[in-house]
Amino acid sequence: MIIIGELINASRKAIGAAIKEKDEQAVRKVAADQAENGASFIDVNAGIFVDDEPDYLTWLVKNVQAVTDVPCAIDSPNPKAIEAALAVHKGAAPMINSISLEKDRWENLLPIVAGTDLKVVALCMSDDGMPQTVDDRMKIADKLVNGLLQKDVKLENIFIDPLVQPLSVNKEFGMQFLDTIEQITTQFAGIHTACGLSNISYGLPARKFINRAFMTIAIAKGLDGAIMNPMDKGMIAAITLGEALAGKDDFCMKYLKAFRAGLFE
Amino acid sequence: MSEFTSVTEALLALDADKLLGEVDKYLADGANADAILNDGLIAGMDIVGDRMQEGDMFIPEVLMAAQIMGKAVEKLKPLLADDAGSSAGKVLIGTVKGDLHDIGKNLVSMMLESAGFEIKDIGVDVEPATFISEIKAFQPDVLALSALLTTTMPMMKSTIEALADAGVRDSLKVIVGGAPVSDNFAREIGADGYAPDAGSASKLAKTLLSN
Repeated sequence: MIIIGELINASRKAIGAAIKEKDEQAVRKVAADQAENGASFIDVNAGIFVDDEPDYLTWLVKNVQAVTDVPCAIDSPNPKAIEAALAVHKGAAPMINSISLEKDRWENLLPIVAGTDLKVVALCMSDDGMPQTVDDRMKIADKLVNGLLQKDVKLENIFIDPLVQPLSVNKEFGMQFLDTIEQITTQFAGIHTACGLSNISYGLPARKFINRAFMTIAIAKGLDGAIMNPMDKGMIAAITLGEALAGKDDFCMKYLKAFRAGLFE
Repeated sequence: MSEFTSVTEALLALDADKLLGEVDKYLADGANADAILNDGLIAGMDIVGDRMQEGDMFIPEVLMAAQIMGKAVEKLKPLLADDAGSSAGKVLIGTVKGDLHDIGKNLVSMMLESAGFEIKDIGVDVEPATFISEIKAFQPDVLALSALLTTTMPMMKSTIEALADAGVRDSLKVIVGGAPVSDNFAREIGADGYAPDAGSASKLAKTLLSN
């Protein structure tokens, strides 16, 4: 599982305050904690500061990179903010989170990723509104993938996010997502998928149980990327189980290692 | 509760057969269809809204209650008094420009409709100019704006400013909602109210209109 650590997001109170006060230590600690707990990318989001987003995003990237070699996932639809953040980013190629088929977003972000080694999350959303069915999602995914390939983005650098919608408003929404994951991983061998899956449990109680079970099933269908809190032990346990049950854990080594580390106590 | 307690109770129990049976029984006894709707069904949905707000009922239960209520309303429809003036008020609702999220907006529409409001839902990604022309045509008492993204929240402010520029701001109450929206933000942008969930939204609309 490729974990994109989601905690450095300005819409979270503590982070929003840390950014405003330029509290380097606070941001650095959250970055280091996520990297130590298995994040492959550290998401940075300064979206609530509209006018100052380029400055704040740059500041976040610098502080994350002061404590870890794990690359950033630059979380913004604003090309100016992304370019500013990329200009200071060092080391392994960062991720852009995210492009979509919405016209403005597509046109603004495509030139940034074209012909580069940047990883890119591509969200199954278009100007026609939220996709409802597997077909809706696959049509958008197909355009996203082909559009990106044409601009020399490598298939293995694309992370398709089929968009999770809440089970509480439509009982089919879980399967729509899961079946899309399966079709994407079959149709585009070598591509990645990623999502923030907690939206599945919106409007229902005891959300963490739904989120974990959904993760386990999604892994069986081929999901290999997650935008999540890497310190969420229950979710890490669900991932470990999912990978073992889906035949992605040789000799159940990761499962056993996690067991010995006390993950299932 | 009213004389239609059993209607309200059947609705809260999400028991469609019982609800339709109770409605039939009252109608056979000569009860007034408008009274069954207002004091039985809408009163029941108000309780559903309260329970949702308190975390005692969850979205699927609220949706099921609305669906069951819809069946009872179908039965009552031919018998209802024929004046639109009996509605709790008119609400125009939409998600602001640049934002395609519709789930929260749809839930709010449904709760407001169940609470007796006449609703016009103009969808997602709505330009300020479209809100203005719809306001002029529909003459709503309340405008409900939805935004689910930190990047589209500023559009709520622009929309309200556009209403003022077009001279229609004072003709209605503006309520706002959506995950990143807060009470403070609502005040900052000059909205009349903020509701954190669909249950509170119908209550807020009623309170604003009764003042």
